[in-house]
Amino acid sequence: MRFATWLISLLLVTTGTQQASAQRNVVHEERSQYRDVVVTEFNGQRCMLFNVVRGDMNQTCMDLSDPERLIFTYTKMSFAGLLFNPQPERILIAGLGGGTIPMTLRELYPDAEMDVVEIDPAVVTVAKDWFNYQEDDKHEVHVVDARVFIKRAGLRGVKYDFIMLDAFSGEYIPEHLLSREFLQEVKTLLTDDGILVANTFSSSRLYDHESVTYRDVFGPFYNFKLPDSGNRIILATPGDTLPHVGDLRAPARDLYDRLEPYGINILEFPPRLSDEPDWDTEARVLTDQYSPANLLN
Amino acid sequence: MQNEYQSLSPTAAKRWIILLAAFVNGFVIMSIELLGGRVMAPYFGSSVYVWGSIITVFMLSLSFGYLWGGRLSLNNPGPRTFVLFFFGSAVLCLPIIFFADPLMTEVFLVIEDPRYGSLLSAILLYFLPICLMGMVSPYSVRMLVARQSHSGGIAGELYFVSTLGSALGTLGTSFYFVVWFEINQIIWVCILAQLLSGTVVAIAFREQLGSGKDKDTTAPAPASAAVDARGGHS
Repeated sequence: MRFATWLISLLLVTTGTQQASAQRNVVHEERSQYRDVVVTEFNGQRCMLFNVVRGDMNQTCMDLSDPERLIFTYTKMSFAGLLFNPQPERILIAGLGGGTIPMTLRELYPDAEMDVVEIDPAVVTVAKDWFNYQEDDKHEVHVVDARVFIKRAGLRGVKYDFIMLDAFSGEYIPEHLLSREFLQEVKTLLTDDGILVANTFSSSRLYDHESVTYRDVFGPFYNFKLPDSGNRIILATPGDTLPHVGDLRAPARDLYDRLEPYGINILEFPPRLSDEPDWDTEARVLTDQYSPANLLN
Repeated sequence: MQNEYQSLSPTAAKRWIILLAAFVNGFVIMSIELLGGRVMAPYFGSSVYVWGSIITVFMLSLSFGYLWGGRLSLNNPGPRTFVLFFFGSAVLCLPIIFFADPLMTEVFLVIEDPRYGSLLSAILLYFLPICLMGMVSPYSVRMLVARQSHSGGIAGELYFVSTLGSALGTLGTSFYFVVWFEINQIIWVCILAQLLSGTVVAIAFREQLGSGKDKDTTAPAPASAAVDARGGHS
C-alpha cells in the first residue's frame, strides 16, 4: 500500500500531471476484471484513476469542498448538447466514470429518464462509494458493453433525445464504438430533436478517421473545442441540417443561470462551434471490418 | 511393434513441405483467433467475456483436434487425410465470411447474456475449422516420424514450427494486417493459404494419393526406403 502510494506519486511527478511537491494518497483500490480502479485524494480533490502503472490521466475528479463544481473542462463542454435540446426527457450516457455527468443532469432535470451504460462493475462500485453517484427510480446504470446495450435498445425501438458517448478504455475509445455501423445504431436511437454528444480527443492520428466516420453517418456536425482542453466534443443531430450557431444563443442565455453553479459558462460555447472540416476529408471511414483504432491512435 | 511400424518417411523435400504446412496452419489459427474478437465485438462487445469465449472455444477445438487427429493417424495414415484437413478447414472458414452476421444476429436475439451469446457464436463459427486445423499437428508427427526413437525430436520440431507460425500470425494480424486490410480480406487470405498448403502437400505426395488406401503401396522412393530400412533396425 505504501509502496503503491509512493509509486503513484513518483509516476505523477515524473509524468508531470501534477505539481512535483504533490503527496497523493491512495484512499481506495478496487479490483476489476479490466483494470484496477484507484481512488486518490490530493489538494482537496478526490480522483478516480485507471492504469496507474502507466501513469494515465485521471478519469474523473471531485472537489471535496464543493462536490457540485465540475473540474474537467471536457465535462463542462459536454453540456453544450443542451443548447440543441434544452429539455431532455430521455437521456443515455455510455461510460460512467465517477458519475459526474449523470448526477449533474439528474439535478438539472429531475424528471428525465436516464440510462447509464458502464462495462466495468468496479467503476460502478467506486462511483457509488466514493463519488456520491446514485441511481433512482428513473435512473438506472447497466453493467454491459455499450455496443450491446445500444444494439438491443435499437431492436426494442427505444429512443433518446440526449445521448452522450463517453466510453473510454485505458487508452482511447474502444474500436467497436467508433465504427460507422455503431454510429448508425446510435443514430436510430435518437429522436428527431435529439442530440448526440461524443467526447473525443483533438490530438490523435484517429482524428481524421473519426471525423469522416461521423460525417459519413450524420452529415455535417458541430466540432467543439476550447483552448484549455485536449478534448473535442462532437455534437451531431439526426436530421440533415444543423441549427445555425446564431440560433443557439437564446438557449445559451436561458441555460446560463442554471449551469453557472457547476462552473459552466455556456455563453462562451456557441461561438466556439464549427461545422467546417478541419480534418483530412480523404481519410478512410472506420467500419466494423476496418477499425484499427487502437493501432492508429 | 517396431517392426510393424509403417514409415511414411518422406524425403527431405517432403519433410520441409510438411513443416511449412504446419507453420502456415499455426499462423492461420492465431490470425483467425485474433480476428474473432473483432468479428464478435459488434454483437457482444469487447468485454473480458468475449475474449474468454473465443480463447475457450479455440482451446477446446484444438484439444479435440489433437485427440481425433491423433486417432485418425492410427489407421492407414497417409497424405490424403492430411491434405483433407487443409482443404476441409479452408472450406469450413467460409461461414465466418458469409454467415457470421446473420448467425450472430440470431444468437443476439435469442440469448440476452453476452457471455453465453459470445460462447455459442464462437462454437458455431470456429469449432469445426479450428478442430480440423488442430488435427494437422499430431498427424504431421505421424507423417514425419520414421523411427520411434526419433519421435520426440520430430514432435519437438513440429511444435516449434507450428507455434512459431502461431506467434507470427498473432503479431502480424494484430500489429499490421488490421491496419492494412479489412477483416474479411484477411480471412480470405487465411483460406487461400490453407488451400495452397493442401495443394502443395498433395503435389509433393502425389504418388501416394492415387491408391485406394491412404497408404504408400506404390514403390517407395529410394531415399525413403533407406530410412525405412534404418527404422526397422533401430
